[in-house]
Amino acid sequence: MDMTAMCDVAFLLLTFFILTAKLRTEDPLHVDIPASTVTQVVPDDNLSTLTVGQGKVFFGIEGTDIRKALLEEMGKQYKIPFTPEEEQRFSVIPTFGVPMSQLRQYINLDEEQRKTFPAPGIPVDSTANSELATWIYQARIVTRNLKNLELRFAIKGNAKDEYPAYKSVVDVLQKQGVNRFSLITSLKGK
Amino acid sequence: MAELDTSGGGKHKGGKIRSKKASTRIDLTAMVDLAFLLITFFIMTTTLAKPKAMDMVMPDKSKKDVQLPVPETRTMTVLLGSNNKLEWYIGAPGKSAPTVDNFGKDGIRKTLIEQNKKIEETHQGPDNYMIVLVKPSDKSTYKDFVNMMDEINIAGIKSMGVVDITPIEIGLLKKDGLY
Repeated sequence: MDMTAMCDVAFLLLTFFILTAKLRTEDPLHVDIPASTVTQVVPDDNLSTLTVGQGKVFFGIEGTDIRKALLEEMGKQYKIPFTPEEEQRFSVIPTFGVPMSQLRQYINLDEEQRKTFPAPGIPVDSTANSELATWIYQARIVTRNLKNLELRFAIKGNAKDEYPAYKSVVDVLQKQGVNRFSLITSLKGK
Repeated sequence: MAELDTSGGGKHKGGKIRSKKASTRIDLTAMVDLAFLLITFFIMTTTLAKPKAMDMVMPDKSKKDVQLPVPETRTMTVLLGSNNKLEWYIGAPGKSAPTVDNFGKDGIRKTLIEQNKKIEETHQGPDNYMIVLVKPSDKSTYKDFVNMMDEINIAGIKSMGVVDITPIEIGLLKKDGLY
């Protein structure tokens, strides 16, 4: 049997998948996102994702260089000096939800251990200096310095959670004058 | 078996006799196997349905003096209650009894479109569109909120805002058993 055509098709499909698809990243905090009819896709870069669910908030930011610089800044803010090796390790963590006091311990775990680590989420309270507010503020500064762009924010909320959980995160953003952000949803028909 | 046939077709016309070349047929089975294995791997590990981003613009809280007076008759307030229900009224709270409604095509979407039309017909001037105020209560879910935003987008409402709920409105929700 002549398999030349089949081979061609298989490789064509393979190329298509490699080029179009983005590797699925495992979310440390699983949330069930609500559906909407919006068709605009989430941007890939210059984006910070705030995952809200199960009463916790997780912080994530795109770009390894930004993550590195951000950890350095956060280290300065909270007087925790991180080593270059720790910054390197941190730069490959897309999303995390641990308070600053546990961050070093969390960074030094390997990938498997991080999955089972009981992450309590990033502390959020109404004060302007909560850890989440500091992360957001420093992330904006770092993005401004490195890329000269205003950092975009996206909120990934759990559909079944009550509204105040979402509201508390929006309040943190609004306190810093971030009035424009996106809500991450999945697609549904009208 | 699977082979790539690269031997030239046809017979040589010339009388010259060439030395017989070794066959260049290659067995492609293993290659096809590998390609499909990789395809399977990529299908399994990647996400094709990319998440969508719904843009939200909130009013600037630091500027307090730019609020323009809005006629009550053009304002529709939507209160989001518990159990995926909502209620709406036009004008100031308490003046007209709120209507309990559902989400979805026959619920709030229809209401939004109908009321918008009605308000545009009864008001004069360039600014005759309906203003929708969404007030989610603490008992409503994030999903309700996203649904509401989505319905507003679908209905093409020009002006909307998300506002904190007041105790009077919580009372209205309580009366209808939605809080």
